Amino acid sequence: MKRFGFSKFMLIFGLSFIYLPMLILVIYSFNASKLVTVWGGWSVKWYVGLLDNSQLMGSVVRSLEIACYTAIAAVALGTLAAFVLTRVTRFKGRTLFGGLVTAPLVMPEVITGLSLLLLFVAMAQLIGWPMERGIVTIWIAHTTFCAAYVAVVVSARLRELDLSIEEAAMDLGAKPFKVFFLITIPMIAPSLAAGGMMSFALSLDDLVLASFVSGPGSTTLPMEVFSAVRLGVKPEINAVASLILLAVSIVTFMVWYFSRRAEASRKRAIQEAMDQTASESWQQPEKQMAGATA
Amino acid sequence: MKTLNQRFMRLMPSGRKLVIGIPFLWLCLFFLLPFFLVMKISFSEAALAIPPYSEIYTFAEQKLQLFLNVGNYLMLTEDELYISAYFGSLKVAFFSTLMCLVIGFPMAYAITKASKEAQNVLLLLIMMPTWTAILIRVYAWMGILSNNGLLNAFLMWTGLTDHPIEILNTNTAVYIGVVYAYLPFMVLPLYANLVKHDQSLLEAGSDLGSSNFNNFWKITVPLAKNGIIAGCMLVFIPVVGEFVIPELLGGPETLMIGRVLWQEFFNNRDWPVASALAVVMLLILIVPILLFNRSQAKEMEGRG
Repeated sequence: MKRFGFSKFMLIFGLSFIYLPMLILVIYSFNASKLVTVWGGWSVKWYVGLLDNSQLMGSVVRSLEIACYTAIAAVALGTLAAFVLTRVTRFKGRTLFGGLVTAPLVMPEVITGLSLLLLFVAMAQLIGWPMERGIVTIWIAHTTFCAAYVAVVVSARLRELDLSIEEAAMDLGAKPFKVFFLITIPMIAPSLAAGGMMSFALSLDDLVLASFVSGPGSTTLPMEVFSAVRLGVKPEINAVASLILLAVSIVTFMVWYFSRRAEASRKRAIQEAMDQTASESWQQPEKQMAGATA
Repeated sequence: MKTLNQRFMRLMPSGRKLVIGIPFLWLCLFFLLPFFLVMKISFSEAALAIPPYSEIYTFAEQKLQLFLNVGNYLMLTEDELYISAYFGSLKVAFFSTLMCLVIGFPMAYAITKASKEAQNVLLLLIMMPTWTAILIRVYAWMGILSNNGLLNAFLMWTGLTDHPIEILNTNTAVYIGVVYAYLPFMVLPLYANLVKHDQSLLEAGSDLGSSNFNNFWKITVPLAKNGIIAGCMLVFIPVVGEFVIPELLGGPETLMIGRVLWQEFFNNRDWPVASALAVVMLLILIVPILLFNRSQAKEMEGRG
């Protein structure tokens, strides 16, 4: 019992450790005073000021664009990878493949960023592409590392799935592609959505990879924020940071809410189907008796 | 009539190759191949050119000449700065992993003890920060830890100190930032592991007269081995190469290899030395990465 109390205390301590700084940041973004440490009353002037900052707005649009492309590509790539890892048990280079899928999760970003930049430089010398580093190169870098997160999320779901449904469809003559798109995809849809939003958020957040593989004129939002933050705490940055926090919290909450609802409706459907079959088999003898008397 | 199985088998090869091939090729091209390029560039010499390094081979008069410049690596061993940066990174990574484990294990344990509904909410609360920019969460601490920041104001208000304590731009701030940023990565895999534990084992232990502490040490911890490994590696490996936290919270005495690599690359434009730094970092991390991959493979195939 004593340990239970201790671990509960640690949980509350840990959660407040995680959330207090963010809360303070958001509160101080409404500070009217230009001095970040002195409270001067409530104000939204820093938020209004952001709209006039065209350089910042440009980087916001660019970051959102990259994040969209990344989410789509990472879901496609990550799902394929997860499918291979969970369903294709034997092929040449499987161990290598598994390593390649999970390694981006932990690989220090400075290494991945540097190595991708060197690749792009070498490719530009060899085949003349990419001539300019920018949105496309950042997109490739983000897709590669986000696909790993998608693969982890989706493979967890694929492992839980009842294989017999896919097998049944296959036995009834459906081709593998059809089975995949009509049966497997709808069943793993919540985790695809979760993976996509996760990739979106990760891509929106990334500073290090983007700094390495971006070219002149393609600064993303985190790069913009970073160059300002280096010079110290500023009220405008507080406002930007609060907005990013808000956006990410909404996305996270949506993922959580939808995946939970999907899960609940799936469980309900299964329960209903089981109740139905149970009541049908219960009613079966009565029907027969009714038929016999008629 | 062909059996379904035969039709399936006939269809499979092309589709199968495609399904395996696309992600495999992508990862080989954009993840594996670049490492070999880093290795190659680490043996070249810095040059005033675009790109700023010399080729390591020439082909002239039917002779292929290979120049391997080991000067970059020799420099790494000779210069005090690089060695202490590697040790600094390893030290910070080791102690912050330990702190994350000490704080994170009870947290994960407490979550598993909560009701099913509360577990979902708590997990969401833990997961949310991992999706938020590390940059912003670290920035939030800059305001708190600075000399005239909230923490010092609080300490002076309570009377614990009468002049501000220098916390920002010291190693203490780096430890706070790292533990803060990576704590969720420790809690999530630990929770995933702890929630699968069979409670009847603990009850059996208690029935046989084992103390709570003994139960915890002899039953829970060994069972949680895979989760502990995954959590520790998820913290340790990225922290070794961490750049943002030491750059923003650390001071001049905070030597970490990710920061040094960044400076070599962006400030000195010395790509070969930056590559050599990356190769050595990778060599140091190869064992932890393999450990992580093995625990992850077990997890992914459902054997864990």
